[in-house]
Amino acid sequence: MKRSKSLFAIPDFSLSPRIDQVGAEERASRFTKRSIKKESKLNGLKLVLNMIDLTTLEGKDTDGKVKQLCYKAIHPHDAVPDIPTVAAVCVYPSMVKVAKKALGNSGIKVASVATAFPSGQAPRDVKIRDTKYAVNEGADEVDMVISRGKFHAGEYNFVFDEIAAIKEACSDARLKVILETGELGTMDKVRRASDIAMHAGADFIKTSTGKIQPAATMPVTLVMLEAIRDYYYKTGRMVGMKPAGGISKSKLALHYLVMVKEVLGEDWLTNEWFRFGASSLANDVLMQIVKEKTGVYQAANYFSVD
Amino acid sequence: MAKTISKKKSNTIKLNFDTSWSYAPAPESKSAATINKQYDLFINGEWVKPSGGKPARLNDDSRSGGYFDTINPANEEKLSEVAEANVADVDKAVKAARTAYEKVWKKMPAKERAKYVFRISRMIQEKARELAIIESLDGGKPIRESRDFDVPTAANHFFYYAGWADKLEYAFPNRKTESLGVAGQIIPWNFPLLMAAWKIAPAIATGNTVVLKPAETTPLTALKLAEIIQESDLPPGVVNIVTGAGATGAAIVNHPDINKIAFTGSTDVGKIIQRAIAGTNKKATLELGGKAANIIFEDAPIDQAVEGVINGIYFNQGHVCCAGSRLYVQESIAKQVIKKLRDRIESLIVGDPLDKNTDIGAINSRQQLETIHKYLDIGKKEGAEMYQSSCSLPGRGFWCRPTLFTNVAQSNRIAQEEIFGPVLAILTFRTDDEVIEKANNSPYGLSAGVWTDKGSKIFNMTRRMRAGVVWANTFNKFDPSSPFGGYKESGFGREGGLHGLLPYLNLVN
Repeated sequence: MKRSKSLFAIPDFSLSPRIDQVGAEERASRFTKRSIKKESKLNGLKLVLNMIDLTTLEGKDTDGKVKQLCYKAIHPHDAVPDIPTVAAVCVYPSMVKVAKKALGNSGIKVASVATAFPSGQAPRDVKIRDTKYAVNEGADEVDMVISRGKFHAGEYNFVFDEIAAIKEACSDARLKVILETGELGTMDKVRRASDIAMHAGADFIKTSTGKIQPAATMPVTLVMLEAIRDYYYKTGRMVGMKPAGGISKSKLALHYLVMVKEVLGEDWLTNEWFRFGASSLANDVLMQIVKEKTGVYQAANYFSVD
Repeated sequence: MAKTISKKKSNTIKLNFDTSWSYAPAPESKSAATINKQYDLFINGEWVKPSGGKPARLNDDSRSGGYFDTINPANEEKLSEVAEANVADVDKAVKAARTAYEKVWKKMPAKERAKYVFRISRMIQEKARELAIIESLDGGKPIRESRDFDVPTAANHFFYYAGWADKLEYAFPNRKTESLGVAGQIIPWNFPLLMAAWKIAPAIATGNTVVLKPAETTPLTALKLAEIIQESDLPPGVVNIVTGAGATGAAIVNHPDINKIAFTGSTDVGKIIQRAIAGTNKKATLELGGKAANIIFEDAPIDQAVEGVINGIYFNQGHVCCAGSRLYVQESIAKQVIKKLRDRIESLIVGDPLDKNTDIGAINSRQQLETIHKYLDIGKKEGAEMYQSSCSLPGRGFWCRPTLFTNVAQSNRIAQEEIFGPVLAILTFRTDDEVIEKANNSPYGLSAGVWTDKGSKIFNMTRRMRAGVVWANTFNKFDPSSPFGGYKESGFGREGGLHGLLPYLNLVN
């Protein structure tokens, strides 16, 4: 059983640090004042592209749709050389096998949502089977949702145990824990849920399913990054961060990157520890990369829609 | 294989802010600002040559022929030279102000006066970019601050007091108000344009006329404001701007035909002014030094408190009279807070004030840099532990790394005296009573900060704190509608808000 060493001390989560929302928002807005120009913009954009979990999570997904998305993941824009691939393709469990085959040995990971995504309203054994199914199909990463109802009811041990159980079911797959911050209501609760997820063994913490508004915001992501920092200082274990939903423009993505750089520093500026969950961001990034290289904007029609 | 950008993992529990992804320079363009080679005195709506004569400081080569240089503290290059007003020049300015007051300004209907003040405000907004650039060039402050704080807040002060001009009967119900006459105003170098706005806006809105002296190291935005005032068609003599050093200031303070002195600056000079005007009819408002206590309780939202402490002390290179320069941390969280502060100052960018990414610009003058260095030495000698960020500093100009001292005792000079630089003294405490006693144990009382998640504690603390402004869960927030001023040796009188009208009025009946 692979369990993280971090489980040595489980704190009382009701005592998680309090967050002042006004202060968090003010700090988050400060990152947007950074001016990213020239080579730092180009390098930043490449880094962003390389951190994207290209996502399709729809009832109408088919094998064909997933295969097309996977091609896009490997070949974001072949018209321009030296463009990195995205980090992963994120799909429902039933599409994992298709994605795995389509991505072949490209090195791009297959991430699967699981645990009765997006609501999480299912019994634990169903969630565990859902997870095991995805892993057996070949998922490299599992994106689970927490039981928000239990969390709001103050049953932190239930939430903790469930995450730990899913972590166990993941085997070697990396576990991303979706807090669905849009349903949590306060920054205090975002922080508390982050602490629970990390102590229960999350490899990543993730803001949102993308099905609920608001999805990722900079202040919420900041609070989670600061939770990761505190946890790292306490345990020495790195935990990744994935804001998801609502990030569709390059400029905003670069602001997130600034935030990672200035809160967690160099070690997190890689797709091993930071991801963007997004579907339409990739094309905007590509358009900006081409603009940086050629000096002119190309029409959106030049970038494939998958 | 995927083209990934790989990184090696560090083995120690330490965050590495020396990132391979860095920000390219993003300097604001100097060409968007016009600075004349030479500036004369702005008296009676005109530019007047200084009458020359004996310079204020002998043996100073930069002062000859009645002009002195103003330099860019970020590279020590000369920006311009400005006139030095002597006693005769100041007299000329006061006479112009007196004539404008008696003949025009006092008699003008208040709503007409307000139109001019509104117009000045709008013109500041129109020229915001140029003013911000000059403010950063002349004073060394980062363009992010001059662009987002100094210039907009200056415009807001004119807007705010323009609104009061014809509504004074509502500010002071059942009382009749009278303007005072000629106000002599002396402002410091830390917020040159903003302080000019703080002084001029309420004075002229209430019907007074003004002789204002900007600080000798940062006269340019006040002179730009003079250009705006000239362009606004404000009647000549209502605002006169005379440049110079201490001697010019003394000429204003000692001039017999001045009714009111408004001074912002050091406590030492404030005491000299008060002595000088003792026994005269001159009214005074003094906004002097500070050594603000910023208090973090163990139940505070720590990350936001840390950010507030950073803004409290490193805003404007710490050249802020209300800077949160004494940090009191409850002992149970002291280690954690200090670690977070150390991480945070690593991500502060020190350098070219015109770069949009700069967090900390240049120290305003060589003299101030020497003062700061003196205190760094004192702190080390007193046994406090000094920590500075690892950033590199430019070769020329006046620079100081963001600095914090731990292990500081209440009796240390670095905890008692105003340093006026990016230097934070960190002390610890155990109980509420202890921290109140220590926070109030200072000759100053300008501002303070309290960080706690508990609302009742905020009210308890703020009630007992002897400071003019107490911020709760934030720091260094300013608004034209809110009064600002000190207790004890931090001065008296209030600027801003309704309270800021009173120092420029007599209440009659």
